[in-house]
Amino acid sequence: MTAADSPVLALSGISKRFGAVQALTDVSLEVYPGEVVALVGDNGAGKSTLIKVIAGVGPADTGEIRWEDRPVNITKPADATGLGIATVYQDLALCDNLDVVANLFLGRELTRTRVLDEIGMEKRSRELLGSLSVRLPSVRVPVAGLSGGQRQSVAIARSLLGEPKVVLLDEPTAALGVAQTAEVLDLVERLRERGLGVILISHNLADVKAVADRVVVLRLGRNAGAFDPDQTSQEEIVQAITGALDNAVTRRRARSEAPPGDSAAGSSVDSSVDEDRELGGEG
Amino acid sequence: MTNATIPPPAAGPLAETETRSVWELIKRRVRGGELGAWPVVIGLIVIWVVFQALNDRFLTAQNLSNLALQITAVGMISVGIVLVLLLGEIDLSVGSVAGVCAAALAVLSVRRGWSDVAAIIAALVLGALIGLLQGTIFAKLGVPAFVVTLAGNLGWLGLQLYLLGSEGTINVPTGTITDLMNTKLSQAAGWIVGLIVVALYALAAFSGRARRASAGLPAASLRTDLVRVIGLAAIVVATVAVLNSWQGVPLGLLILVGLVALLDLVLRKTRYGRSIFAVGGNIEAARRAGINVAAIQISVFTLCSTFAALGGILLVSRGFSATQTTGASDVLLLAIAGAVIGGVSLFGGRGSPWGALLGAVVLGSISSGMLLIDVDSSVRYMITAAVLLAAVILDSVSRRGRRSSGRG
Ligand SMILES: Nc1ncnc2c1ncn2[C@@H]1O[C@H](COP(=O)(O)OP(=O)(O)OP(=O)(O)O)[C@@H](O)[C@H]1O
Ligand SMILES: [Mg+2]
Repeated sequence: MTAADSPVLALSGISKRFGAVQALTDVSLEVYPGEVVALVGDNGAGKSTLIKVIAGVGPADTGEIRWEDRPVNITKPADATGLGIATVYQDLALCDNLDVVANLFLGRELTRTRVLDEIGMEKRSRELLGSLSVRLPSVRVPVAGLSGGQRQSVAIARSLLGEPKVVLLDEPTAALGVAQTAEVLDLVERLRERGLGVILISHNLADVKAVADRVVVLRLGRNAGAFDPDQTSQEEIVQAITGALDNAVTRRRARSEAPPGDSAAGSSVDSSVDEDRELGGEG
Repeated sequence: MTNATIPPPAAGPLAETETRSVWELIKRRVRGGELGAWPVVIGLIVIWVVFQALNDRFLTAQNLSNLALQITAVGMISVGIVLVLLLGEIDLSVGSVAGVCAAALAVLSVRRGWSDVAAIIAALVLGALIGLLQGTIFAKLGVPAFVVTLAGNLGWLGLQLYLLGSEGTINVPTGTITDLMNTKLSQAAGWIVGLIVVALYALAAFSGRARRASAGLPAASLRTDLVRVIGLAAIVVATVAVLNSWQGVPLGLLILVGLVALLDLVLRKTRYGRSIFAVGGNIEAARRAGINVAAIQISVFTLCSTFAALGGILLVSRGFSATQTTGASDVLLLAIAGAVIGGVSLFGGRGSPWGALLGAVVLGSISSGMLLIDVDSSVRYMITAAVLLAAVILDSVSRRGRRSSGRG
């Protein structure tokens, strides 16, 4: 067990350009063991780019990455997985035609005398899915027959087979309904209980508030504040994301709620946020 | 943390509802668009019943024995097509590859005086090299497979004609080459092979059960396993009995069935086979999982052409000659149609080499039946086309079913 007083992964001064686009500028980010860090920001803020830096898919131009207090180089995906960083990409990367067990072990199948050890893999799959309380009709159905939430759960479970210490989730709930989103958020909490550091990208601030221990905001490729979700209203986070007190979200609320009143943080604001969350369950 | 709006956790203990009864399995498959071989089996039974009603010589031992010999060569080519289809690709060169390898075989053994075995090996190597070349152009240069193999189709046909020279036909004397398709197992040998097959299958099924049980995993119901073993035993006994009552089990059929069984095991039980299914199912997922996609693709095209070469060798063996039309005409189309009719998806990732065998039997039955009831081959083409179309429609529809049942 790593002592929770030092971050397992710490990035500082990360910058990255794509031609004329400065996607990231001097960004820093830390994750502690057993902590869920939500990474939020508008479209094009650089969230996915940052995830790719950590995953070794698109290394940074400059900046330092420290892993368990040691500086490390992550230049290719194998470097990241070697350290113990697992990534679940937005587009899942599951094979629809293969069953759950085959997907979990894709590319690292267990064998006995060159023959697939189906029994060993199935046992391990059941243990893993059981420990994450993932409900599936059977581990032997092709994943094509699973719901979106189940598929996402399989994708996340698969990332855990390599015994990672940090899991990166890029919009794991983007395509999911309310119940399935809750399923995945439960799973994220279970990752935290296991002592893993989790970096979660989401556009759904309700999800973020529900599950994150810390919210890190990116705006135009720069850090735009870090918040404790329990102490911060959703509006403050929106302000940080959009960079303006007067933004599209507040204007819209002002229109629909008659006079917006005093928008200082307080219980009245929180309850209105809760209402929004109930209504806007992200379809 | 406010949990007010989060629905009660949907999670619970791993809820396995694995009552794997046959009926449950069928229902699940129909819903998930995983029909497998059932539509073909039913179609085959219909075809047999119809032809038997039209001409009672159809289901005689002699006719069925002939049918077995007729389907062997094209069935062999079809097995290679299955592999390529599993990747979601296509190989349009297999007819010409069979032809050019047949020509090479005859040239080497007859004109150059090579031993039969050496010529056979050389023809197989030629097939493998052709596949290696085509596969590499496809996988490394990114040229669409149908274009590469279409060029191959033309090019290898040209080489075939060139090798055969002005005479155009090389007759092959009796020997190892012709023995392949003209040897029949003795009655006893046929039964022994059948017995071994059933015994191995039963052993695998029941030892698999035992191992699952000792690992604490749910197994298929005992009845399902028994039904499977008895079903296979019935098929084997019926086949051997019918073939024995004519001239015996043909060696060529045994080679085909043996290779199909072997390939099926490789596909289902090895990492290599799993990788083929993964590439066919989701190429990007396979790549991210660390699978060497290009190597898999190249190896599959190599195998496909090697099977085509073997098909060509069997064509020579059966016809006692390599000609300009060996592997030409409808061989390519029947090989592809057989795989598709046998339930191998055109969209990749679904199917089994047994499908090639099944499809070959269906196509062979149609043409043999048409011949018996004395119908012109024009009608045979149209009927075959209808069957193929039905198979492709089924494939597309079940793919749609899978799509709508998947993802939220
Ligand atoms: N491969 C690339 N080539 C060129 N520009 C890129 C590339 N990848 C990202 N960018 C640019 O970098 C910026 C950050 O993109 P990124 O995908 O990280 O945003 P994001 O925060 O993940 O947005 P979203 O919420 O839409 O997923 C954008 O301006 C984008 O256009
Ligand atoms: Mg993104």
